[in-house]
Amino acid sequence: MKTFVGIDLGSTTTKAVLLDESCQVLGRGITNSRSNYAIATRIAGEEARVDARFTLFRRALTDSGDFGERVGEFLSAFERFFRLEQFIERLDDLEHTCIGQLKGGQFAALEARLSETLTETFIRVRREAGELYAPGGKRKSDFFRDIAGARFYAHAEAVSRETSFPYEVLLNSYDKAIIEVENRPPSGDLDAKFRRALARVLAEDRIAGAAAEWIRDSIDASLGLELEESYLVGTGYGRVTLPFSKEHIRSEILCHGLGAHLMYPQTRTVLDIGGQDTKGIQVDAEGLVTNFQMNDRCAAGCGRYLGYIADEMNMGLHELGPMAMKSERPVRINSTCTVFAGAELRDRLSLGEKREDIVAGLHRAIILRAISIISRSGGVTDEFTFTGGVAKNEAAVRELRKVLKENYGELTININPESIYTGALGAAEFARRAHSDGARAEGRA
Amino acid sequence: MNTTTTQQKAALRDVHKDASMRKQKAMMGAHYDRLTAAPQTGEKVCSTFVPGNLNELIDCFGLVNNLPEVNAIQNGLRRISGQYVLEAEKIGHSEDVCTYVKSDIGMMAKGNIAPNGRPFPKPDVLLLSYTGCFTFMKWFELLREQYRCETIMLHTPYLGDGTVTPNMIQYMVRQLRDEVIPKLERVSGVKFDIDRLRERLARSAQAEDDLVYVLRSARNRPSPIDAYFGGIYYIGPIFGAFRGSEDALEYYRFLRAEVDERIAAGTGPVTPEGDMGAEKYRLVVEGPPNYTNFRQFWKMFYDEGAVVVASSYTKVGGVYDLGFRHDPRKPLETLAEYCLGVYTNRSLPMRIDMLSRYLEEYQADGLLINSIKSCNSFSAGQLLMMREIERRTGKPGAFIESDLVDPRYFSAANIKNRLESYFQMIEQRRSGAAHAA
Repeated sequence: MKTFVGIDLGSTTTKAVLLDESCQVLGRGITNSRSNYAIATRIAGEEARVDARFTLFRRALTDSGDFGERVGEFLSAFERFFRLEQFIERLDDLEHTCIGQLKGGQFAALEARLSETLTETFIRVRREAGELYAPGGKRKSDFFRDIAGARFYAHAEAVSRETSFPYEVLLNSYDKAIIEVENRPPSGDLDAKFRRALARVLAEDRIAGAAAEWIRDSIDASLGLELEESYLVGTGYGRVTLPFSKEHIRSEILCHGLGAHLMYPQTRTVLDIGGQDTKGIQVDAEGLVTNFQMNDRCAAGCGRYLGYIADEMNMGLHELGPMAMKSERPVRINSTCTVFAGAELRDRLSLGEKREDIVAGLHRAIILRAISIISRSGGVTDEFTFTGGVAKNEAAVRELRKVLKENYGELTININPESIYTGALGAAEFARRAHSDGARAEGRA
Repeated sequence: MNTTTTQQKAALRDVHKDASMRKQKAMMGAHYDRLTAAPQTGEKVCSTFVPGNLNELIDCFGLVNNLPEVNAIQNGLRRISGQYVLEAEKIGHSEDVCTYVKSDIGMMAKGNIAPNGRPFPKPDVLLLSYTGCFTFMKWFELLREQYRCETIMLHTPYLGDGTVTPNMIQYMVRQLRDEVIPKLERVSGVKFDIDRLRERLARSAQAEDDLVYVLRSARNRPSPIDAYFGGIYYIGPIFGAFRGSEDALEYYRFLRAEVDERIAAGTGPVTPEGDMGAEKYRLVVEGPPNYTNFRQFWKMFYDEGAVVVASSYTKVGGVYDLGFRHDPRKPLETLAEYCLGVYTNRSLPMRIDMLSRYLEEYQADGLLINSIKSCNSFSAGQLLMMREIERRTGKPGAFIESDLVDPRYFSAANIKNRLESYFQMIEQRRSGAAHAA
């Protein structure tokens, strides 16, 4: 089947969206951008294709109606097992890479002992992998690097204590290997992993006989559908570093505008707060951009600002919003300069202000700056769609609602749970349109 | 036979293409040499500004014209303004002060070296023809403090309600007659001769005709010129120290002939990388360019097939394409009218009218504003201008920000991103319109 791929190469993460011919989202994929956009593109694309397979499985299993309401449950178990398969495969790769690098090089002197210690550490990580992917299992993030890293560090510490082997050497070995593994293109044989995962879920659910046969056939039929990449469009800051030709590149402003329109067709104003820029975009009824503004050379008040504050406070980025929500008297903060933010923060703390009040003030400062950009792009017209990483932050959203109401009255404010994919969605739709325009032109010729 | 003819034609075109450029380069070189030799030759120096400059009058008194903004631009293009700006900030000028001023002050602090490597002379007179930029006045106050020389101010009333009245002209003529001319006589030791002024004004008018011809050539498709990046070179002699001179006449004759050839051949503008490719977007631009990254900035346009067909910046030293010419029959009145009409002295509605007119007459796709961070007097109101022009013409506008000669304010990735988005937005609108049709 024909698929249309949109890739959004952001400063923090790279996102991919796969559309089918009728503009339905087949799959979404995300990975950290690293410093290598080419690999990030491949991995995000691969993730989107995996996600697309699950969409196709869902379609196949739902169409027959035999499964009833259990489709969702079955598929989520199936996906958990698939992710487990994927995790184990990459963990094997990581272990081989760690051990492989012992030949010669900086670890040669410690080779035998290090090899034993590494093997023991990986045995422990692998042993608990099933728990990580069990229902309700807590994973640090969805990225292999984060999950494997957190577990490796924990077990390596224990193993090094037990064996009196220097912990730093283990970490060093891991750090070197993870870069290589992370930058290796994902393994090609996806189908085998799907089938292994399917076998696990069938066994777990005790499904056998004709029912199992039917499921296997349906899944096989879906896997038999080739996901042909008919057209690809790239967007985002990294787009120029990729070997995309001009007709495969669109500005992220156009992509965000169109993406927001596809999610909410009544959208007329879009606010996107990403890692390093804030965009105010006005779109018409067709999703075409009529005007835009973005922050200039200074990234004050963008996502990185919150990241920096979180680092300063020794907190996780996702903890900032909940802390700000506790505030009853937000402090007035004037500067959204990322560089000054640390000083401002320490100054406020020394004055005895509460942490939650300061953090709430910082959120408000970001939103005020965003509103200034929006105003310069032509103001706010109903409906208003908020996208980008900061849209996931409940305190930022609360401030936005407040400020919009004060300045523009009652509005419909849309925030999609998948808003991080807005740019990639727009890019995929551009790909779909470019393909059908091309086909039309050929038809005419 | 055919090949030879083509080669000959190409050779001829190359010669012509270079003629105006070579001429301007020689003029600038000779001018800086004359200026820096003033302490030896005994010639007197008059510092003044581009908008509202009274070059014909200055030349009547044998004074050599020194233009601090042009020096700042030269330093920007040669990528040394950054260090001068920092030097001025070290002295205590704030980050937000006009960077032309800071480049000039920093240059003075670092030896005041002209592009020919020799020091600039001290001015004998500071002639401030005030045409809307309040900072110019402060700039000359700083220079007066430094040089303690004669200062003359010609005050041009702002065209707040959009019209030039006889009273305004009388007011200015009186200043010229009673203040400016007597002081210039005193500084130069030369008696004012109105016929010398008339001769120069007649030459100005002739060169202005050619300049207008060149600027209007952008109505062709493809446009044979870029009226912003190329336009900056084209306005050089008339906006600088050469209006009213034989040199300027010759320069514009060459230029006009080159443009005619390009029209006949159907070629687009010349860029630093040769002839521009296919013309895809036609733009009107408001605001000065960035000089520290001039080529990089220009490349962002020609790489995408964007050509600027009209700009307001090429009107800051005189608006000629709306009809005004220096008129030797009324020498002082014509200087007054010239100063009143320069772009910096025009009200926001006048600027809106002019830009809207350009969008229509030059069949442009849209209006781009390059807003200057350190120039409040020019930047204030630009966003509202853009909205009104969009409303009137139905054509899309875009807004970018940079600075004149402070490299810290030029963020290439950010500007490129915005420009590309804008070009794609125009493209999208076109195909949207085509689908609708």
